[in-house]
Amino acid sequence: MEVRQEKKGTIEFKDDKVFTWPTLVAKEFLAAIFVTVGLLFYSYFVDAPLRELSNPGQAENPAKAPWYFLGLQEALVYFDPWYAGVVLPGIIVLGLILIPYLDNNPKGNGYYTFKERKFAVTTFVFGYIFWYVLIYIGTALRGPFWAFFWPWEKWTHDFPTPPPLHDLPLPLGIILMGGFYFAGLILPALVKRDFFLKLGVIRYSLTMGLLLTMIGTVIKMVFRLAFNVKYIIATPWINI
Amino acid sequence: MFYYVPDVNRAYADIVDLMYVVPFGRFLRNSHRWGAHAMVITVSVHMFRVFLTGSYKPPRQFNWVVGVILLVLTFLLSFTGYLLPWDQLGYWAITVGTNMARATPLLGHEGPFSYILGMRPDNDIRFALLGGTSIDAPALLRAYVWHCIAIPVIASALMMVHFWRVRKDGGISGPL
Repeated sequence: MEVRQEKKGTIEFKDDKVFTWPTLVAKEFLAAIFVTVGLLFYSYFVDAPLRELSNPGQAENPAKAPWYFLGLQEALVYFDPWYAGVVLPGIIVLGLILIPYLDNNPKGNGYYTFKERKFAVTTFVFGYIFWYVLIYIGTALRGPFWAFFWPWEKWTHDFPTPPPLHDLPLPLGIILMGGFYFAGLILPALVKRDFFLKLGVIRYSLTMGLLLTMIGTVIKMVFRLAFNVKYIIATPWINI
Repeated sequence: MFYYVPDVNRAYADIVDLMYVVPFGRFLRNSHRWGAHAMVITVSVHMFRVFLTGSYKPPRQFNWVVGVILLVLTFLLSFTGYLLPWDQLGYWAITVGTNMARATPLLGHEGPFSYILGMRPDNDIRFALLGGTSIDAPALLRAYVWHCIAIPVIASALMMVHFWRVRKDGGISGPL
């Protein structure tokens, strides 16, 4: 204090930086206290679930994974486990990791904007919402034997038998899926030439490959719901 | 960890004790459970914010990668904790989850092309995860060690890197 009083005039800061302590840490500490109080308040009134002792001989029906994995479990309706349970989450994690290396748009760094990065935001928000829509369906709308029930319906074991499913003929399936990826890779490159040139071949192929896989996953679900298609490609070795 | 023993004959009874006998046991277990869910939600919302603000762009690319790995670790932390009460909820949730490993291409005995590596129920990747062909004592102990030691150590280390990079790369989710 004394030192300061001796100086004349105000001390000028050359930039707008402030100290981490106490400016930031005090706020974080306060936030931590509020969150803790809220959590403890909730925990005082709501008990954590605990069911009866585990019994390998008596399966829960429906047996559900923790809620954050129920989107994948819901995807099991439409895909074989190797895709829904292993390859799809693998692609999602890999795709997320790749995002900063695929998106070479320098705009919109550090602030909210839709205008400057329409493609990136649309794609991500679609995938994000779709992930939670599947979780919602898997959590709230799937009853015994994973049968579908609307929120206003009661979960019973007495639900209509689902319609029989059929596979697409193998050549048709290969043409459809091959054509989907082929057209999906070629057409945007021709129509949106600057988009292709900005990304370059490798970034473009990876971006579109991931995007087409996401869209393809949705399309397969639509095929299943609308046309009762079990597999697009059915072979003795692998089914998609 | 003082009241709970990861043994199939004791685990469930220990949790029941925690709920009805141990002072504040129920309160602590509740906050552990709800805190875990809150963490999964928070991490997910955080990723959404970081994406929408474009905060993975240079120079923050590497920290985004660390963040994605931390997201996966958060899921795994929560997932391994799910089995520990050894009740029907956790047991069957882990059954559903680990059954997916059976279908891993090449490495799971029901997965595509697994015959190439000669996978059977007792030597595939699910067996490696559970320490057996079904969820039993070895699986409970594995979940416990992953939950209490391995994943917390890895996640803590990555969190340190994560927070350090936040500062190094010019602060959190703001313009540079």
